[in-house]
Amino acid sequence: MDTVSNTPPPVQKRNSKLKTRVTGFFVNLYDVSKFVVRFFKEAFVPPYEFKEIIRQCFEVGVRSLTLISLTGFIIGVIFTKQSRPSLTNFGANSWLPSLVSIAVMKALAPLVTAIIASGKVGSSIGAELGSMRVTEQIDAMEVSGTKPFKYLVCTRVIATTFTVPLLATYSALIALLGGYLNVSQNEGTSFSEFMESAFEPINFIDINASLVKAIVFGFTVGMVGCYQGYNSSKGTEGVGKAANNAVVIAMFLVFIEEVLIVQIAGWFR
Amino acid sequence: MEKAKAQINYDNPVISIRNLEKSFGDYHVLRGIDLDLFQGENLVVLGRSGTGKSVLIKLISGLLYPDSGSIDVLGNDVLTLDTRSLQELRIRIGFSFQNSALYDSMTVRKNLEFPLVRNKKGITRKEIDQSVESVLDAVSLSQTINQMPSELSGGQRKRIGIARTLILNPEIMLYDEPTAGLDPITCIEINELINEVQQRYHTSSIIITHDLTCAKMTGDRIAMLLDGQFQRVGNFNEVFATSDERVKPFYDYNFIQ
Repeated sequence: MDTVSNTPPPVQKRNSKLKTRVTGFFVNLYDVSKFVVRFFKEAFVPPYEFKEIIRQCFEVGVRSLTLISLTGFIIGVIFTKQSRPSLTNFGANSWLPSLVSIAVMKALAPLVTAIIASGKVGSSIGAELGSMRVTEQIDAMEVSGTKPFKYLVCTRVIATTFTVPLLATYSALIALLGGYLNVSQNEGTSFSEFMESAFEPINFIDINASLVKAIVFGFTVGMVGCYQGYNSSKGTEGVGKAANNAVVIAMFLVFIEEVLIVQIAGWFR
Repeated sequence: MEKAKAQINYDNPVISIRNLEKSFGDYHVLRGIDLDLFQGENLVVLGRSGTGKSVLIKLISGLLYPDSGSIDVLGNDVLTLDTRSLQELRIRIGFSFQNSALYDSMTVRKNLEFPLVRNKKGITRKEIDQSVESVLDAVSLSQTINQMPSELSGGQRKRIGIARTLILNPEIMLYDEPTAGLDPITCIEINELINEVQQRYHTSSIIITHDLTCAKMTGDRIAMLLDGQFQRVGNFNEVFATSDERVKPFYDYNFIQ
């Protein structure tokens, strides 16, 4: 007896899978763009949820402060310690403060803060909103005539956009403090000397670029966390996925943005 | 156990649904539903799990959109309303969720205040407190005002969920499985509360359930949803006076005989 298989040949199957993936990617991209546009449409029209924004700023700050303090300090100390032998070879120990400040202020502080915020804050936003979605709390807000998007998403994104630059600045200062302690112990440099040479190579564009970077990173962490949580589904599995995606996607985007902003800042020099 | 006769205005339907269809992928949930809810009436929608009962009230409140058909609520075509008008209409509809959907990061007081302060512009602190106390009194849970949702029992959560909808004085109440997951005594208390709400707040309600005790106690009219359509509509006795093999087991497997 002859049998006719209904299964499509492997190449056709692979092509259709690829087609689904590509379509899925563009559908996702469209959804994300819609989400971002909705944020800008709703965030700047009254009524404003000031109380909730302040509460969220506090939450974001408190959640990450300990880790950022510790990480910032360790980065300062370790970076100084590791750079010393190379600089000693060239007899350029006096450049240590400048080297630390350039590394910390231009790159490490915003980047490390954003990565910590992705892990601590992004995941928590993703999980919180995801759990509110699956337990119908967001639907409950919707049917009671309130605007859940404004209350839940806009407040959190504004909070991360404001707080991450503050945390990044704080992290840079703590890292410099770590660097100073190491330098003063080994080279006997005074605080004023350290700070003078630390800020000497830093100009206005560097500080602005770092601040812009931190603002963009903060916006990204908040937006990705909110998007993942707000659109999560499939019960508890969906909540876990939302939290996980919030971290992974935010980190990925932060690295891409870092490269782009460094490139753009380079054009202004 | 049967409920007292309510004052129903059969000339004034507050919800009119015509030829409503909804599918999820290949699964055709609702297949051309027609339904009227009259002013002052408690209409129970009965059916097995997965037959689209909850989908129906989500369509009415604009949480989902149908494939075709029309939904008229308090003189508004839900499907053509813009966001603001839909938001205004929703204030006139109370929605009690199956799992209560209380905001778990807020106390009971904050849960009740949340819709109030966002919908009633210029409301004073005193008026907010009065409204909160009044609805908590209506559901007999004044003592829970400062508790978190996680500290409440299932029955208490249902009551607070109902109180949160009542705080905006809705004209229509939509109850999604109000007695699901509760013990029989609490079920009866919730059923009595639904009737009290009808009397005290003059609401018209759709009650989604598969609990026949709830249907018998609260329903002025019962609509049986089978295979995506209302197969039998009438009072409790009329609906179950049938030899239809799809309806009979529903009655037989419940404890009412």
